Order: sequence, then C-alpha cells, then structure tokens
Amino acid sequence: MSDADDGIDPVSVFAEGDLDLRAGADSCYKCSTCDTNCPVAEVDEDFPGPKFQGPEQWRLKRKADHDVDASVADCSNCMRCDAACPADVPLSQMHNEARAEYVEEQVSRRSVRYWRDRLLANYRTVARVASRVPRLSNFLLGSRLLRSLGERVFGITAERDFPRFATETFRDWWAARGGAHVESEDKRVAYFHGCYANFNSPEVARAMVRVFEHFGYQVAVPAQGCSGTPMFANGMLADASRDAERNATALSTLVAEGYDVVCSCTSCSMALRQEYPELFTYEGIESVANSTYEALEYLRIQEDLEGALEEATVEFPDLAYHAPCHARNQGLDRQAVELFRPLEGVEVEDVGDSCSGISGTYGWKADKYDTSMAIGEDMFEEMRASAGETGLTECPTCASQMEHGTGYEVRHPLEVLEAALVED
Amino acid sequence: MAIDQDVLVVGGGLAGVSAALAAAETGAHVRLVATAQSTLRQASGLVDLLGYTPRGEGPLAEPYEAIPDLPAAHPYRRVGRAGIEDAFDAFDDLVGDAYAGDHTTANALVPTHGGLVKPTARYPRSTAAGLASDARDALLVGFDRLPQFDASLAAETLEASGVPFDVRGVTVEFPVDLGADPTVTRFARLLDRDAPVADDASLRSALAQRVAGHLDGEQRVGLPAVLGEATPDDVRASLAAHLGVDVFEVPMGPPSLPGIRLEQRLYDALDAAGVRIETGNPVVDFDAAAGAVDRVYVERSGTRVPYAASEFVLATGGLVGKGIDSDRDGVREPVFDCHVAQPADRYEWFDDDAFGDHPFARFGVDVDDELRPRDATGEPEFRNLRAAGSVLGNYDYAAEKSGSGVSLATGHRAGRLAGVAAG
Repeated sequence: MSDADDGIDPVSVFAEGDLDLRAGADSCYKCSTCDTNCPVAEVDEDFPGPKFQGPEQWRLKRKADHDVDASVADCSNCMRCDAACPADVPLSQMHNEARAEYVEEQVSRRSVRYWRDRLLANYRTVARVASRVPRLSNFLLGSRLLRSLGERVFGITAERDFPRFATETFRDWWAARGGAHVESEDKRVAYFHGCYANFNSPEVARAMVRVFEHFGYQVAVPAQGCSGTPMFANGMLADASRDAERNATALSTLVAEGYDVVCSCTSCSMALRQEYPELFTYEGIESVANSTYEALEYLRIQEDLEGALEEATVEFPDLAYHAPCHARNQGLDRQAVELFRPLEGVEVEDVGDSCSGISGTYGWKADKYDTSMAIGEDMFEEMRASAGETGLTECPTCASQMEHGTGYEVRHPLEVLEAALVED
Repeated sequence: MAIDQDVLVVGGGLAGVSAALAAAETGAHVRLVATAQSTLRQASGLVDLLGYTPRGEGPLAEPYEAIPDLPAAHPYRRVGRAGIEDAFDAFDDLVGDAYAGDHTTANALVPTHGGLVKPTARYPRSTAAGLASDARDALLVGFDRLPQFDASLAAETLEASGVPFDVRGVTVEFPVDLGADPTVTRFARLLDRDAPVADDASLRSALAQRVAGHLDGEQRVGLPAVLGEATPDDVRASLAAHLGVDVFEVPMGPPSLPGIRLEQRLYDALDAAGVRIETGNPVVDFDAAAGAVDRVYVERSGTRVPYAASEFVLATGGLVGKGIDSDRDGVREPVFDCHVAQPADRYEWFDDDAFGDHPFARFGVDVDDELRPRDATGEPEFRNLRAAGSVLGNYDYAAEKSGSGVSLATGHRAGRLAGVAAG
C-alpha cells in the first residue's frame, strides 16, 4: 500500500495567500517556550504572548474573517521568540505580517497614534532634517516645554532625553576626509551605517572605518535609507518596503562588484539578513542577505582578530556588556565578551540575558514607557552590580536605554577595537 | 579564513554540553554551536539511565545489571559500564547538591505530573521528598490557573499504580490574580520574588495558608514544578516552614523549570570551563578532505559562516530535535549526511499498534567503539567526527527511559576522545 498517498498532497489543500505561513503554523506544537521568553509577557499581564500573536492567530484567521487582535501592537519586535522556538516557527515574520495588517485595517489614518507611530518609524527623515541644524535641534528637543507638549499632544514620552544630533554627521566626515583611504582589489566592504551612527553616534561609524582600513579593507559608503527596523516594529510595511528597495539596489550593485556588506548596528544587520528576504522580493534582496555581516563577526571570520587582540593592550574603562536581542538572534550575543576577554587593559562583564526593554521606538511611546522600564529593570540592576561603570553594546537604542536607566556612558565594541588596534 | 578551534561540538542539549565539558577537561580549545535555545528547557530535569529493557522488562531497580544484555549495537554497549559510570560521576560533580541519587547505581521512582512513576537515576533535590518508594502519605496540590497539572487525576493514577502510601489531590487558587494562560515561568518568578499579596502576607505564606487548609495528616505536599526559577531551594524551604511538612516538586511537561535550572547550571559550567558558546543558528553544510571534516558552515540569517576544527562532535538530537530528519522518501542525518539504516518501504518504519515496537524509534547513526558514525559498509564516515546523544540509532530512549543517560555517557566519551585527538 505504499501508493496510498497518491493524488493528495496535504500541504496544498488550502488556497494560499501571498505569503504562505501554513508550514510555520503547523510546526507549532504549542509547547509555550516562546511565551516563557517574551519580555513583554513577563511584565504585562494582559499581553497574550508570541504563541497567540503568531501561529494561533494565524490559524484562527484561516477559518473565519477575524480581525487581527489589537495586542499585536504591544509586541516590541525583540524577536526572542524566534531563537526560543524548538520547531523553527517563523514567529517574528508572523508578527510583522499581522502588525502590518492591523495598522492597515484598524488604525485610522486620522488618529494621532497613527502619525506618532509613522513619525517614530521614519526616524531617519526626522533625523535628516534635525541634523542640518544640530545645535538648534538639540536645544529644542532638550526643552522641557516642548517635551511635555510632545507627551501630551503626541504620546511621545517626556521621560527620556532625546538622542543628541552630532554637529558633523558620519557622511559629512566621510566626504570631508575624501572617502576611502585604502584601496584593495580583494578586500572590500560596503558599510551600512544605518541612521543612528550617521546622525547621532558618528564616533561608532568612524571607528568602523578606521578598524577596517587598519586591516586593509577598501570601505565603500553607499547611499542608503533606513534598514526598516522601526518600520517593521510599527507596522509601517509600505515605508519599510520603499527603503528596502533602495537599499537592496544600492547594496546588491556593490555585492556584484565583490563587496561584502558590513553593519555596526545589529538591528540593521538583522533586517538585511532576515527580515528583507522574509518580507520582500526585490531584485538583489537575496544576494544582499547572503553577503551581510556584523562588523566584528566579519573580522572574526576574515582576520585573525583573536590573535591581534591577544597581542594588544588598551586603555579603556571597565565595561558592563549588554547583548541586544537582535544580536542574540544572529548568534552574536557572546561575541564581544569572548573577543575582549584576553585583551589587556579592559575588563568586560556580561550583564546577563535580559532584554533592555526599549526595542527601538517602543520605549519612546508614552503608553509603553512603563512596560519598557519594567522590562529593563533586570538589566539596570545587573549593570549596577557589575564592576564596570561604562556600558557596552552594539545596539544604539539599547545603549540609550542603558544610559537612561543607569546614567552610565555607553560605548560600542568597534570603539574598543579602534582603541586597541588603530594607532592615532 | 574561518573561526578556528580544536574541538567543535554541534548541538546544545545534554549530549553536546557533556561532550564540550569533557573535551575542555583535556585542555582543548572548545566551541559549542547550537541551532536554538537548549532543548534542556523542554526536558523534565530527571536524568534517566535505564528504566526498562528493550523488551519492556521493568521498572529496573538496578539498571547497570541490564547493560550486558542490551543489543550489541546499543550506545551503552559502545561505551560500556565504565563509560557510563565516568559520565555519571562527572555529572554528580557538576550539579552537586542540586541533584539527589548521586553516586549510587540504583534507580529511584519519581512521580510525574500525570501520576505516573518514572524510574530514574538522578533527580532534582526538589523532587526528593516525593519518591514513590517513600511510605509517607502525600497531598498533591494543583493551581487553578495551571491546567497542565491536575492534582486529583495525578493522585488517582498514583493510587491505582499501587504506591505504598495514601495520596489525595486538591486544587487551590493561586494567590496572585493572573492574566489569561500564564506561563510556568510567571509562577516561578513570582514565587522567587515573594512579594506581599493581600493582607500584607507574602506570596509564599499566602500560598501555604491555602494549602494548609487541605492538609489532613499528610507529612509531605507535592506541588507542580514551578517553585522558583533562581531560588527554588528558598521557595521550597519557606513553604515547608509555613506548612510544617516536607514539600516536593512534581516534574511537568515542557517548558520545564527543572529543565531550565539544569540548563542554567550546565551553561554556567561551560562558561567556567572556557567553552565558547554560540546559539541561534544551524550548521547546514561542511567541507571534508582526505576522510576528515575540515570545517562546517553555520547559516546565520542568510550568511554562511565557516567554523574549522580538528575534531567534531555531532550532538544534534534525534527525530524530535531534528538531528535526524525524514520525509516520505527517506530518513537522513542532515548535517554530515551520515548513513542512517532504514527499510526502503516506509510502511515498515512503524508498527500498526500505536504503542507497538516502532522501528523509527531506533533510527539514527550507527557508530563504532570510538563513537564515529559508520557508513553502510561499517567504516567510519570521517576519522575526526564522533556522534553522541539521540542522533545515535539502535536504541529507543522513550521506551527504555535511557535518553539522558545515553546523552551523558556518549557525550562524555565522544568529547574526551575528541579532546585527546585534538591535543
């Protein structure tokens, strides 16, 4: 009876939509491990957790025309559920899809909330304007009156200090120094700096360039949009799609010329590697995803970074390291501590596996601020207990949460590498 | 270039951890890579050796006595009694007071959440007062918001199995008002924190008060295994102090607190031993030359990252853990494509009786005495690749209750051989 199955293929019984998530929903055997890893469910009694947001809701919707439950907007898109799942259910992809559908069908275009989320999602546009007049922007955004107005009228929390805009953006610095200082036929990287390292923390981007040039790489800095991370998280898939097309086009052209793509922000690398191919089909998406690396990860693969660090010494304050959730999902959560352990002159301590709680724009929303801080409490406590009184992380928004909760200055692993390896 | 080490262990469960620790002990530079969070979170936390023979005889009081009669290809026969004892000694040293049953050869009988009794070699200290061989009467207590543990049903099932004591089951309301579908970790962390609830009583004392009303002379109380994540000993001790009787945990299905606690302890031990750890991405491919594996490729969200080593240990799990994969056309080991023996007709993979003797339960790689997977002709697939845990074939861990023991024993042996070969 080995031909008993002929004629029926159980995977194609149902009509399929644009993106078929059936296999993923079927893989879920409801073990609830994802729910035990969800930082929002941990502090918010009313949040039903990733298992509901993903496969359960997907199944419900197959049977009847249910609306997406509003609680999907409470998901912070930390993506921890992805790494927790023993059955490879594409949870964050399901959440991204559901959130986009929710915003599209249920959030009024005339609501303040829609425009607040749209504005947060399009931080790059805001930052581009603000950084033309950085001193004025910093002054205005620092003003108590404006911040309190922002909270009351717009729902952006007044509790946080706005990130300061650099007086010289990374791209301005790059242009002023005349672009790349090293040329190479075979060692070429295209730097996806993202928004934050360009407008707010150009010292990280400069460190990236100096470290890679130290190792003999020709660095290219292509024109680029936002990676899309804040757009996915706010359900603004049309905005994300627009920037993804632009980035895929620019970066895939360089990939075809032998460049690999390198990011300093782990959420940017996450977007290029995982979310782009999950959500979009533009030409070049796959080749970019297959050629994108986080900066330290790339050097670990291509160079004897460990050997270089073993011979180096550095003058740096002792560090309390927090692994961003998106770094965790790329398997990079132990990388910085592992690399810097043998480096003389600095002690690095991992402050544990809790989430910082800010999740990009999430913690900026007045209605999410308390949740964000409650999630971050474990990390704050661990940081205070750690010997180092300076923070270390790859993610710029985790960094701002670490600063906000502890008052510590926060540095990026590339800055440690620069201090250890690059001569002034 | 590639990320380089002496020994690369693929898999982060009990077998992988055991292998990595044993390899590190030889002085080798070891890295462990795993696809996702450790499956120890799904494990009951009980560490079985052998509960039943392959013919279904048992529960076994003395598992070691049954080893010589196991089939010649059984993983325990590959490592031998000394190999098993080495691995359990190493485990005992590692977990210290957190586990009971250490340094004995006999099995204990631990009641689990369905009311069944499991023969097991090592068990969390938190379950120790619950043993079925203990003659003291017991009260099982479930929580209204935790349907995974039905205390009355468990008590009835236990009684029916003929335990030498009286046991009743009751359900109490958990003293904190919880939302829909609370997770097991939610209960555990609340009990860790022990914040005041109504009338300024702490959570633990409020819970004890609710339980106390149901006590009728029983000298021990069993609660679902959610009694704390970080401080289980404190939670249990304060409940016991309030109640004036012993308190024990009843192991539950996944996700499991005893499993999570064991994971934490083992991963701390890996850190302390200097083992590098990377989780979150699968090994998808490899390069080999001249009969040896040269490197494997970890796929990180699109990009392939090469990891080179002189010795490799495959500990990716079995059919459930996806270390063995199958579809209608066949059964395979997906990382190195090691030989997996199987009937050509897939209708011979299983028995028609649901609880029958299923051939698929024994599917997996066949290894030589050095735990190197063998090809169809019986020769090692690669001279520097060893396998451990449920990726191995020729045994049915679910029926035998031998899963943890095989993982510990083969992991320990494979890791040590790999470490020595790399040195």
